[in-house]
Amino acid sequence: MNFDIPALIGRSTLNRIQILGKSGVFLFVAFCQAFLPPFRIIRLFKEIEFIGSKSFLIVFVTALFTGMVLGIQGYHTLTQFGSEALLGSAVALSIIRELGPVLCALMVTGRAGSAITAQIGIMKITDQFPALEMMAIDPVKYVISPKILAGIISLPLLTAVFDVVGIMGGYLVGVKLLGVNEGAYFSKMVTSVTFTDIYGGILKSLSFGLLIAWISSFMGFMAEPTTEGVSTATTNAVVLTSLSIFIVDYILTSLLL
Amino acid sequence: MIRVENLVKKYGNIVALNNLNCRFEEEKITVILGGSGSGKSTLLRQMTGLERPDRGSVYFDGMDLISANKKNLYQKRKKMGMLFQGSALFNYLNIFENIAFPLREHTKIAENVIKTIVTMKLEMVGLRGTENLMPAQLSGGMTKRVGLARAIVMDPKIIFYDEPTSGLDPISTGVIDKLIKDLNTKLNITSVVVSHDIESCFRIADKIIILFYGDIIAEGTVDEIKNSEDLRVKQFINGEPEGPIPFTRTDKDYLDELLME
Repeated sequence: MNFDIPALIGRSTLNRIQILGKSGVFLFVAFCQAFLPPFRIIRLFKEIEFIGSKSFLIVFVTALFTGMVLGIQGYHTLTQFGSEALLGSAVALSIIRELGPVLCALMVTGRAGSAITAQIGIMKITDQFPALEMMAIDPVKYVISPKILAGIISLPLLTAVFDVVGIMGGYLVGVKLLGVNEGAYFSKMVTSVTFTDIYGGILKSLSFGLLIAWISSFMGFMAEPTTEGVSTATTNAVVLTSLSIFIVDYILTSLLL
Repeated sequence: MIRVENLVKKYGNIVALNNLNCRFEEEKITVILGGSGSGKSTLLRQMTGLERPDRGSVYFDGMDLISANKKNLYQKRKKMGMLFQGSALFNYLNIFENIAFPLREHTKIAENVIKTIVTMKLEMVGLRGTENLMPAQLSGGMTKRVGLARAIVMDPKIIFYDEPTSGLDPISTGVIDKLIKDLNTKLNITSVVVSHDIESCFRIADKIIILFYGDIIAEGTVDEIKNSEDLRVKQFINGEPEGPIPFTRTDKDYLDELLME
């Protein structure tokens, strides 16, 4: 068989651009539908429960141990310069600016993002979308829009939980275990953490929430209608969302600093 | 009730529906019969507005569903019910919630009335008492009957059945056939059934339309179809492997394809 390499590259590029365009239209339609009546408040709360509440424990444990590790690492690094009093601000800034939004988003991607893709993929292969259509219910409005909104609402809340628990993890190790002064731990934190840091963290978590719900839903929606298609889409959704989180994190960090 | 005019649907180079014209009479059971790839499911998707044809019209209740906007299409769909081949039940809802779903979405009926309606529909399909089960706990035949209960819960004027007896044992097939017939005679519901099950078709049909690669090759009552002189119809209803309907369909010459680099 003859392979025309430039043609192959061209076709592949065009195909990817087409998918990107489709995903943009998909997000636009889902987002607009969310703000058009009838409002599906109960569906929204159910999705917030699924993406947010059910991710609480995993986010709590991740945050606790991340804070504890930062406490140990930070303490041993800072004592070399005699500035262990700065442990509180080091832990808080690391978590609020970066680790909180990013790690929280990655954990939610693994737990909820993959489940969203699988759920939508299975709905697709079992004809549940045409069934909704035949019942005069818009599948995008009923299934996708609440997920997008729930992602945007849940992630900042989970990130706030991550931040608080992470800082407390650092406190447990730094103050209670390694003997850093409790007053110094919190007072240095209060003076060094600015509104921009908190605002930046919230902005990142909002963006990551949107990314998780958008990519996971879209991959499920576009999944090949086979068992293998759904499993591939689920894997791709987790990989693509995780990579997008890192890329968007870099872009937002460079814009915020 | 429903009229198809000059319907054309192509997938790439393959013509799935070739300028089809047909009528589906009110309060009658019309069965669209045909082999795999004959275009019968494609026709059903165009008739229900689930897919847009390349050309043509589908008139239902005086409105062209193809050119209708989404709001009008959805209004008409509230008068339609559909039983999907795989039943398409929502696997995260139990049987009661599945059947109550359209009522909860489109009406403001009180919950106790919804409960009564669901019980009545389940009784009609012979599954009263399964309300709290999940779809995964039911057999293939039972999920079809639940799908049918959901399809009739809004008291539609027309029901579309996509391969209602496919994959079912003879008794379940008989039960589904009887239900289709009962809904037609007792509730005066118009039925459009897509099938390749000849026996089932002869049991329930008032009118049969036979499709062959996107064209209607025969149309008429059960007796007219049984007595048809068309060799393709004879081959199909007798299930003969040899005849004018080829086993495979390809535009390429076999030898050319084998020798192709």
